[in-house]
Amino acid sequence: MASKQPDALLGPESDSQRTQYPYVTGTSVVAIKYKDGILMASDMGGDMIYCLIAHGLPVKVTMPELCSYGSTLRYKSVERIKPIGKHSLLGASGEISDFQEILRYLDELILYDNMWDDGNSLGPKEVHNYLTRIMYNRRNKFNPLWNSLVLGGVKNGQKYLGTVSMIGVNFEDDHVASGFGNHLARPILRQEWHENLSFEDGVRLLEKCMLILLYRDRSAVNKFQIAKITEEGVTIHQPYSLKTNWEFSAFQNPSQGAVGSW
Amino acid sequence: MAKQHANWSPYDNNGGSCVAIAGADYCVIAADTRLSTGYNILTRDYSKICKLADKCVMASSGFQADVKALQKHLGARHLIYQHQHNKQMSCPAMAQLLSNTLYYKRFFPYYSFNVLGGLDNEGKGCVFTYDAVGSYEKVGYSSQGSGSTLIMPFLDNQLKSPSPLLLPAQDAVTPLAEDEAVDLVKTVFASASERDIYTGDKLEIVVINAAGLRREYIDLRKD
Amino acid sequence: MFRNQYDTDVTTWSPAGRLFQVEYAMEAVKQGSAAIGLRSKTHVVLGCVNKANSELSSHQKKIFKVDDHIGVAIAGLTADGRVLSRYMRNECINYSFTYEAQLPVGRLVVQLADKAQVCTQRSWKRPYGVGLLVGGLDESGAHLYYNCPSGNYFEYQAFAIGSRSQAAKTYLERRFENFADSSRDDLVKDALMAIRETLQGETLTSSICTVAVLGVGEPFHILDQATVKQIIDSFEIAGEQEDPAGEPDAAAGQEAAADEQGGAADQGGSTDQGVAPMDI
Repeated sequence: MASKQPDALLGPESDSQRTQYPYVTGTSVVAIKYKDGILMASDMGGDMIYCLIAHGLPVKVTMPELCSYGSTLRYKSVERIKPIGKHSLLGASGEISDFQEILRYLDELILYDNMWDDGNSLGPKEVHNYLTRIMYNRRNKFNPLWNSLVLGGVKNGQKYLGTVSMIGVNFEDDHVASGFGNHLARPILRQEWHENLSFEDGVRLLEKCMLILLYRDRSAVNKFQIAKITEEGVTIHQPYSLKTNWEFSAFQNPSQGAVGSW
Repeated sequence: MAKQHANWSPYDNNGGSCVAIAGADYCVIAADTRLSTGYNILTRDYSKICKLADKCVMASSGFQADVKALQKHLGARHLIYQHQHNKQMSCPAMAQLLSNTLYYKRFFPYYSFNVLGGLDNEGKGCVFTYDAVGSYEKVGYSSQGSGSTLIMPFLDNQLKSPSPLLLPAQDAVTPLAEDEAVDLVKTVFASASERDIYTGDKLEIVVINAAGLRREYIDLRKD
Repeated sequence: MFRNQYDTDVTTWSPAGRLFQVEYAMEAVKQGSAAIGLRSKTHVVLGCVNKANSELSSHQKKIFKVDDHIGVAIAGLTADGRVLSRYMRNECINYSFTYEAQLPVGRLVVQLADKAQVCTQRSWKRPYGVGLLVGGLDESGAHLYYNCPSGNYFEYQAFAIGSRSQAAKTYLERRFENFADSSRDDLVKDALMAIRETLQGETLTSSICTVAVLGVGEPFHILDQATVKQIIDSFEIAGEQEDPAGEPDAAAGQEAAADEQGGAADQGGSTDQGVAPMDI
């Protein structure tokens, strides 16, 4: 098989083995700019996905919603939003272990930055660019970090919100979302978002998005984290649930109106 | 070998169209600001135009991450050039550098489709058009990107560039006046955004002439 | 010039706890033609004296742009200075590639100092024979640093290095308290006055000095000769009446300088006397 041959293009790292077995992913992160800073929300579910064994080799499957090889909701309190330094907030969807590796990179970055002890500190723009370089670099080695990242922050009165994908596609916007959020949350945000959202309105808007995601995205769970970053710093709120309503009449008696052989 | 992912590609096409038109004493470079992936619009306000030197700008579509890497690389090279030569790089020099940079990655290409426009050393408009691996040509006008199949024939019809086979060689610059060229660019983008789903949202137009560099924007279809 | 048996290689201590080779490198800085720097809250001005080696040659470039927000003026071995400015340029380009932000000046200065320090601790290396005045602007405002061959660095409000720099320092010491709130133009004027002090009687012309400015909304650039000439002319004419009062003061400072520097150090000053300035 071709995969047995070492590939000169991939460099020495390609010979090493990386986690290939059931892996754990998180779903969407949604973030918006609001009056005083950035708000970010994600649920806390972690899907464990069974991988396809092809030609005797474990092969990583891409997106949970695209694969039919089995997936169990395994973890129910995965923290996918973390503060980075004083001015930034990072949210991630995708492979949790890769996210945790990214957190280690950033911990080191911030540590070395602090060690200069000169009053300078990396702001959200710098961290976002650094992340972009990391993601793009790994895709160049054909060894991507399997995440979509959302980075928000405030420094010197400047709000910043950006995102990076697994292959290094990066941009800034007033509101961003990763994964399913791109399909389901951003249309809502495009319609309802405005520059002067108050904290309460911002949270309500995010909750609206998260509720839609909860109903439509099978990997989402009803346990959320909402985080806020302003000039004053980061606040990550305690996990909480949203009120849901599954009492649609169609759910009560699903076979009614679809009378079949069973 | 470890990294075997089913269904993983290091590339994406983020769409977008670019146009450049050279005139006797100006150059118009334009691109839309939509960034998409598949049927998704990632953002409606992403500039595809990058100022590389005082009289030289590049418009690029294709894979955003590669485009960004390319822009940053050229930016750094231009800084080094300025340190060493104490002047801005000329547009033809940048055109050659861009070609070399693209070809350097011939076997893992930058998936980017570029047009480079600006003024040459005589102050005349010039446009260079590229493929992803660096082959390039100096032309009077060009279009690249997802809407290029709609735009290029339109430009051909309107501008009728002289055949490169003509002897003696004829100048490729278009006979249009600056404002006519800007209007033409607006028209071609309005048309392209009717049919090309990857082109739309906003049009960014950069005009370079003896007075310097000017930017203007118009709205395009958002659907 | 051998002081004793402890000065043959960089890594050998003298019993008095000195590294003579490093001190000789610092001596090279004093021999070089003068460079000065001063700053306000928003601007930094660097200046230097252009001295040609012979009447047949032009002078060497002593002020370098590192990035839009950083510049250096050097005194000592110009060749070493060029190498170090290239290093600094590289660091700036790399930083902005990774972070799309400008490298804080203080960090570049520490990196530069660490690079110089390494040369004081390796038997197969030679310390850089150049002093650098690094001017820069970042989030925390305008800065002026002096980097020494020993690996030491200092932040200054205003400073001068190189031959006969003591005169300039005396001038700057007399006036530095006003610099923080100085306008850009006043800063340039003070820079030229400080340069003039180092010329010791020689007349200040735009061809024997270079001045560079950077500040808020003003990327680093070297002033062209015409501009410098205009500025010199403006205060030369204005100063015609006032200057006699200022002159004795400066002369007094000069004497004090000679006293301070003492024997060995002063030799630097005397060697380049009689070198004709190059008029281009």
